[in-house]
Order: sequence, then structure tokens, then C-alpha cells
Amino acid sequence: MMTGKRIGMESSLGIAEAVKLANADVVAAYPITPQTHIVERLAELVANGELDAAYIPVESEHSAMSACLGSAATGARTFTATAGQGLELMHEVLYVASSMRLPIVMAVANRALSSPLNVWGDHSDVMAVRDTGWIQMFAENGQQVFDLTLCAFRIAEDPEVLFPVMVHLDGFHLSHVVEPFYLMEQDVVDKFLPRFRFPLALDPDKPLTAGAFFPPGVYGEARRAQDDALRSVRPVISRTWREFEEISGRSYKPVETYRADDARVLLLTMGSFSETAMLAIDQLRERGQQVGLVRIRLWRPFPFTEFRQAVGNAETLVVLDRAISYGGPTGPVCAEVKAALYSEPKRPRIVSYVGGLGGRDILVSEFVEMIEKGTALAESGVEEELLTIGVRV
Amino acid sequence: MESFSVFVPKLVPKKDYFAPGHRACIGCAEALAVRQVTKALGRNVIVSNATGCMEVVSTPFPTTNWRMPWIHTLFENASAVASGIDSALKVLNKKGFINKRPKVVAMGGDGATLDIGLQSLSGAWERGQDFLYVCYDNEAYMNTGIQRSSATPFGASTTTSPAGKLGPGQTRPKKDLPAIAVAHNIPYVATACPSYPFDLMDKVKRAMAIPGPTYIQVLSPCPTGWRYPVDLSIRMGRLAVETGAFPLYEYENGKYKLSFDFPKLRPIRDYLAPQGRFRHLRDAEVDQIQENIIREWQKLKDKVEA
Repeated sequence: MMTGKRIGMESSLGIAEAVKLANADVVAAYPITPQTHIVERLAELVANGELDAAYIPVESEHSAMSACLGSAATGARTFTATAGQGLELMHEVLYVASSMRLPIVMAVANRALSSPLNVWGDHSDVMAVRDTGWIQMFAENGQQVFDLTLCAFRIAEDPEVLFPVMVHLDGFHLSHVVEPFYLMEQDVVDKFLPRFRFPLALDPDKPLTAGAFFPPGVYGEARRAQDDALRSVRPVISRTWREFEEISGRSYKPVETYRADDARVLLLTMGSFSETAMLAIDQLRERGQQVGLVRIRLWRPFPFTEFRQAVGNAETLVVLDRAISYGGPTGPVCAEVKAALYSEPKRPRIVSYVGGLGGRDILVSEFVEMIEKGTALAESGVEEELLTIGVRV
Repeated sequence: MESFSVFVPKLVPKKDYFAPGHRACIGCAEALAVRQVTKALGRNVIVSNATGCMEVVSTPFPTTNWRMPWIHTLFENASAVASGIDSALKVLNKKGFINKRPKVVAMGGDGATLDIGLQSLSGAWERGQDFLYVCYDNEAYMNTGIQRSSATPFGASTTTSPAGKLGPGQTRPKKDLPAIAVAHNIPYVATACPSYPFDLMDKVKRAMAIPGPTYIQVLSPCPTGWRYPVDLSIRMGRLAVETGAFPLYEYENGKYKLSFDFPKLRPIRDYLAPQGRFRHLRDAEVDQIQENIIREWQKLKDKVEA
């Protein structure tokens, strides 16, 4: 059931459309490539009265996220967007947003980090904020960006959740690409995303102290409680996505697979490159090879159960990372995946590839190469900590 | 002041919004300033507090001294958080989701205000965000152990500007943040000191009544960091004002007004002598400080008379 008219639109504008339909109250943002089109469009919507929101044109990303803290703590539906260096400048503020359980929604147009300067896409920025306590999900195309942004508000504001949510979209490869969209009617969105009341809002009639300091005797308990809370939101996320499917016909899962049922070799990707990887899977399937694709949609909280189920029967798992953990074990996603599978009695051999850095494409032929070379390497029993794809060595 | 003391205390609200039992050092003038400021603010406010002495002494979980909605997040962002609160209140009222407009107040020490938080404060001023910012200025990073800030005056010895064989401690004059505030064309800027409580509370009320960004810098003598006996905090504030080291004035709608004028300033030596942070100063350096103060005082008088 795809409702409404199918239109072509840049993915960034699709996010702005979702924020408008969500009736956000406050947008605090600072321009940074490749996220700019999102906040430009939002500024335009506010200027034209199409979105009744306060737009705070802050002087830095640190202040963008800080203004979001104040706004969300006052009970306003709050949105921002950033990328790369901007996400890094926000870094310490991100921890506060999650620890104070503020339901902020942020789109991140994933971008490489300096130095050297590079404004194009990869996942270096995401991996650096992995442990900030936010719910994090990856979109692969424009429609998903729109859908996940709408769902993000609903998830963040759920009384059983109250965590901030990042929606990741690949810088340029997705943010700047014109994609087909089915938008939604306002009344449908209003029903799905009703007005929420933040239970801990700053209010002179109910004074509260938010952000007290925690001595050693209580700090550990607070941290443990926060982790428990974040782990417990997975059923709410799945429930929200099921409800969204009922009104949109589009389905989302924490871990999604493509032609993976009988696959002996699985490729693992996150983000927009997954669609290119699917073409590689199709090619290899045509040649009779039992290969499939696994995509992690929900990055935090990590969907351990779903992930183990998805890869449990494979012999080989080839993981693509779009970031480097300098001097560390494999790419960051691969290290997580290995940790998630270490205790499993039956687990695939794992090969780690890093590629697509700083906006470089990974071609279908290179995905094919990763799968074939990776499988051969795994079968040979040789373990290499890090292989690169498409990089001149 | 004597004539005020006869009748003014009756006008001061009995209700305290900064409860007793905080863990500030004995003789802390900053805690006293917070008490006076919050008395003047009344109950219909939301406070955004920067990291620093006041946050640490007043909120060790599960206790709090704040009888008003209060939020602390980080060191350098009290103004940005206050901006978010201000904008949220505006839009939530406009959309009819709430029906109250508490005044927003941001607070921080001199490090949080003049140094690490200056960018976010300047941004909020430039955007015209509607909140009062109160800087509790004790002239160094006292919370972390008396390190110099850009509010530390010339000649003060701190742990990161120690007086040594090669120099007199802090080698630069105090950053003039009120002047920087005025340069942002905000409607109201003032200096205050808890040694002059009625003046301080009047200024807070004045700032609260003015829409848009307002700024008050409160000199908060610190016996721990300035190294004077703990019973002299009120006297140190008075001496700072009477010597011209920290003149009290207001700036409103383009006009400066001295809150306390003196036909002749007291010698700066009276202010420096009781403080351990200035103990190492030689006569030549004291003379230099005296000259600077007279020059700055004259500049301020010129602005008042302009």
C-alpha cells in the first residue's frame, strides 16, 4: 500500500518535509556541508509560515546541540541536522542529550573527518559518536530518510524511550541525490505522531534540578540505569516501525537481509551503499553463487538477537566499513560484529574490508571482488586485520 | 548606604530561592550573590547554569539548593541552552501548548563567561535572545584550583600565573566584558557586587523588566582564591568599588550611569594589601596598577558624562 503521489525530490528536502509534517517546534542549526540543504529548506519553510517553529541560527554546532538541550528540556519538539566536523564539535553535548533523556531528533549527513579536509561522505563521523548513548539508525534511500525521520520523533518521544535519535544518511551519495518519494497526508502523520508532553519539562510551577553532579557513590548506578534503559527500547522501535508499516505499507527492521536465506557467504553493509551491494549480489546469484546481503539498520542499541539470527547459518561474513579505527582491530563495524558473534557456538569466518572513504564510490565490480577475495581468504584460514577496497596501495 | 539600610530591607523579599545548606567555602561572596540574585528574580524563572563552583556546591545528587527550575549541562554553553529555552517558550506559547512565559536567566563564573563560553554568549546576544546573563566574577578558575582566567586582574598570582622571579603573576589587564556586551548593542549592561545588595537586586529587577539580552557582571570576592581572611568578603567588595578596581555602573539605551561615584578614589593599596594574591607586588607595580585604575575610571566618567 503506497499511498499518495510519487514525486521526485532531493533526500535533504525529504527530511525537511518530514520535520514539517512532524510539526517540530524548534530547529537549531548551523550550516555544514553536506547537511546544508536540510536546514536551508527548514529555514525557508519557517520564513514562509509553512512550518510554525522557532529557527535558531546558532553560531556553532556546539551551540546547536546545546540550544536543542534547552529547547527539548522545555518540552518543545526539537530537530537539528549536522555532518562530519559539526558532529565532532557537538561531541560532548551529545552525551548530555542522551543522559538527560531529551527526545531530540537529528539527521546526520555522514561525512569524512579532517585532516586532510574532505567534505564528502563516509562513516568516520558516525563511528566517533558510537558510544554517546543515542539511538542511531541508517537510511539507504530517500524514502527511508523521510520515513525514519518521522519514526524517529515517535520513538524518541515514547514515554518508554525518551532518548535522542540520530538518522544517518550518507553525505552527497544520499543527501544530494534526487530520489522518488511517497509523502504522507498531514492528518495521517498527526495520528501517528500526536502531540507529546515531556514529563520532566522545566516549569516554575514544578521546579526541578536537571543536571546535578553525581559523586562516585551514585555515578555508576546512573550509568548502569542509562544503559539498561537504552537496551530496553528495542521492542518500542520494532513496534513503532510495525505501526508505521500499517499506515505507509513500508516495513523496517533492525537488521535487514537481501537474498540471504540460503546464503553461504554474506556481505554486511550500512547506509546507501547497500543498494549497490544488492546489484553485486544479483550478479553473483546469476552465476549460481549462494551469496546474500545483511544490512544493519539499527546501529544503537545494537540488535544482537536479530543480527545473530541473520548471520548464524553463513560460512563467511564479509564486512564493509567506511571508517578506519587507526591501529585498532579491523574496521569499527567489523570489530562490533566480531564481538557480537564471539560467544556463539556456530559463527561465520569474518573478513574486514574498509572502503568508500571520503566520498569514493565502491563499484558493483568491487563488491563482487570483496565477496570473492574475502571468501577465498576466509577459506584459506589466513586472518588479515584490515583489507582495503578501491584504495591504491 | 547608611540611609538605605533604615528602610530598604523591608522591601527585600523574605522568600529565598537559593536554599541554605550549600557547600560553598566559608565566606564565599558568590553564594551570597546567588542568593541575592535569586531573591530579586522571584519564582517565575528558568535558570541555565554553567559548570563551575555554583553548580558543584549546590547540586551534589540527590540534594539541591535550587527552588526554581534549574538546568546545568556543560561549561561553555549556558547561553546556548538558555537560547533554546527562550525560543521554546516563545513558540510553545505562540502555538498554545503552554500558557506561561517565565523569564530565562543564564549564569556562569568568569571562566564560563569571559573565556570558554564567550562565543555562545556573543551568539545569543547577536541573535537578540531574551534572557538575562549573570556572570559571577571571582577573577579566576576557583573551582579547579585558582587558575588564571581572562578576568584575572594584572598582578594577581594564581596557580597558572604564579608570581615568580621573572614576573608579577598575571601580566595582562582584566578583559572588559561589559564593554564587549555594550558593543553588541544589547539594551542593558550593569556591574554589581553583593557588598551592595540593594543595588545588585535593583539591577536584577531592572534587567528582568527589559526584553532582549541583558548582562550583569557581579564581582564575587573569593577568600579561597584571593587569600584574605574569610570574614572580609563584604569589605573586599566595598574596597574594590571604592578604589575603582571594580566600578559599579549601568548602561541602558546608550547611556552610562555610575551607581556609586566618589569625589576621590581610595588608594588601590587599601584593596591589594589584605589579599595574598597581590602580596608579592613591588611598589612600582602597585603604582602601575594605581595609574591604570585612575585612567580607566576617567574613561568611565567620560562615558557617563558624554
